[in-house]
Amino acid sequence: MAQIFSRGANAFARSSLVIGLLLPAGLFLTALKLDRSPLQTDQGVVLAQPVPFSHDHHTAVLGIHCGYCHTSVEKSAFAGLPPTETCMNCHKQIWKDSPTLEPVRASFRNNEPIQWNRVHDLPDYVYFNHSIHIAKGVGCETCHGPVNEMPLMYQAKSLQMQWCLDCHRAPEKFVRPKDEVYNMDWEWGSDVDPLEEGKKLVEAYDIRPQDTCSTCHR
Amino acid sequence: MATTEPTQGGNSLSVPVVGPGHDNVTVTDQISGVVFGKTPLWWFVALAISAGVLMMMLYAIVFLLFTGTGVWGLNIPVAWGFAIINFVWWIGIGHAGTLISAILLLLNQNWRTSINRFAEAMTLFAVACAGIFPILHTGRPWLAVYWLLPYPNTMGLWPQFRSPLIWDVFAVSTYLTISLLFWYVGLIPDLATMRDRAKTYAGQKIYGLFSLGWRGSAKHWHNYESLYLLLAGISTPLVLSVHTVVSFDFSVGQLPGWHATIFPPYFVAGAIYAGFAMVLLLAIPLRKIFHLEDFITIKHLENMGIVTLATGMMVAYGYMVELFMAFYSGNQYEEFMMLNRITGPYQMQWWSLLLCNALAPQVLWVKRIRTSPAALFVVAIIVSIGMWLERFIIVVTSLHRDFLPSSWGMYAGTKWDWALYIGTMGLFLTLFFLFIRFVPMISIFEMRTIVPDSRKGEV
Repeated sequence: MAQIFSRGANAFARSSLVIGLLLPAGLFLTALKLDRSPLQTDQGVVLAQPVPFSHDHHTAVLGIHCGYCHTSVEKSAFAGLPPTETCMNCHKQIWKDSPTLEPVRASFRNNEPIQWNRVHDLPDYVYFNHSIHIAKGVGCETCHGPVNEMPLMYQAKSLQMQWCLDCHRAPEKFVRPKDEVYNMDWEWGSDVDPLEEGKKLVEAYDIRPQDTCSTCHR
Repeated sequence: MATTEPTQGGNSLSVPVVGPGHDNVTVTDQISGVVFGKTPLWWFVALAISAGVLMMMLYAIVFLLFTGTGVWGLNIPVAWGFAIINFVWWIGIGHAGTLISAILLLLNQNWRTSINRFAEAMTLFAVACAGIFPILHTGRPWLAVYWLLPYPNTMGLWPQFRSPLIWDVFAVSTYLTISLLFWYVGLIPDLATMRDRAKTYAGQKIYGLFSLGWRGSAKHWHNYESLYLLLAGISTPLVLSVHTVVSFDFSVGQLPGWHATIFPPYFVAGAIYAGFAMVLLLAIPLRKIFHLEDFITIKHLENMGIVTLATGMMVAYGYMVELFMAFYSGNQYEEFMMLNRITGPYQMQWWSLLLCNALAPQVLWVKRIRTSPAALFVVAIIVSIGMWLERFIIVVTSLHRDFLPSSWGMYAGTKWDWALYIGTMGLFLTLFFLFIRFVPMISIFEMRTIVPDSRKGEV
């Protein structure tokens, strides 16, 4: 009787042992990686906006303070998006005929807000409050990245729950002095231990971040 | 039934576990003949009916997923209903397979040989049916992976390791893996026999693929025996641990009717009890239809009857302890719970439970009943119903009278509960019918070791 399988079948049998282990492991690792990639998080993705507003130009070059536009960041959950009138304070005189700014002027003429596309969009089941983070010494840059170097705005961090918890579980690694909150270039001096200083600030500011479910999922 | 002829060597088997006149060839012929013979018409009819019931299950699942768990009878205060009752019922049924294959193997009970293969298959299929219920009970099964399994997720969270529900995930998935391995490893020599006997090209290829190049050399047998014993060793604690963990789902919760130290042993005994009843339910028709009376003898049925009786007595003892502790504890909530079981709105179910599980198996004391397949079949059905009622009583009567009378409620399964429950029986039977058609349902090579011929050279 002829053999049912050829000699080559042995090679298939042996390689199936390796592939059977490697393939599921590889697929699993790929899935984990994809789950953390910009495909899933939109991290680093520039969204198209009605007007190509440059944070880089307005803050780093012109020196406008964050709070000039994001007026409610210290007082409420939402940092606030400026109304068209804020833009027009300057742009009724500067670049007043620029075609790029026509959507701003149209918005002003028609009394209709500009429809910006939201860059930092948390899920609706997450409660986040800007004011408490500012009040306890979390810098703008800690979460939003180097906004002063962004000609077009993008989301610098993943905004995944793991990322929130990294800070809520160890705030001393991320906190800074309160008067440096708006400083985009601030860091601890080389002569101090950042962790020790952070711990002192946690103590001084009475920082007690919760990591229970209902802290954010109310 | 001492009809075994003394063999030429003068030694007769101490336990007549195979009919007279069989040798290696007839054993192989008869068991593999079930697979290679012409497919009987009844098999197609039976498969069609079970597949139809399976379709009902799939329909019930699709309707559930599109509508939500509200289609079930679950609500506060009875938030655990059919889903958990049926889960525990199926998981329990699986236990007999593991007990037969592992513990009876280690105890050298060679009568297990002719029933272990299909009992193990029964275990696998029962665990498959059981798994459906908790996964659907999560409400959104496509999210169940991250609720149930610890993997490094993007939320920086792990499952609650202090919850018995997560222990259950590990217990049941371990159980499924080991049972599958044990069953498959035990099949390999027989798959090779099937490969060698297959007449068709596809048959040779498929059986050949799954027999993993088995040639029956001494080295193969040596490795095989070591692995099989090892797996038996690993499976043995599982017989006890799986249902112990399942009982923790209840007993760790501080609810009168659940919070009892008797639960682990009482659940394990109940599982083996239900499992042996199911093995009897399957074995009795199988031996009749396929004329396997010589392999699954009356002695086998009697032994299984004795195990059923013994575990039934343990379960009855569990009921007595529950009753006693409810009053001995002096705890008014425990007392109320027990009185509510006996005289409350579910008293019919409680009394039926006692009738089915504690009283009915007592007839097995009579040898004439133990050795009558028809009587054993009836007892096995009663026990299966009784064990389902037991889980119903534990789940529902403990929950439905909450601590505050304002929160009291009643529970009944809806038509979707029943469709899913009966549907899983369709899944079970479909898998089982496919199994008996494509795989030797009795271990051929192990049967060869107990036919009289093979004992010739021993003395």
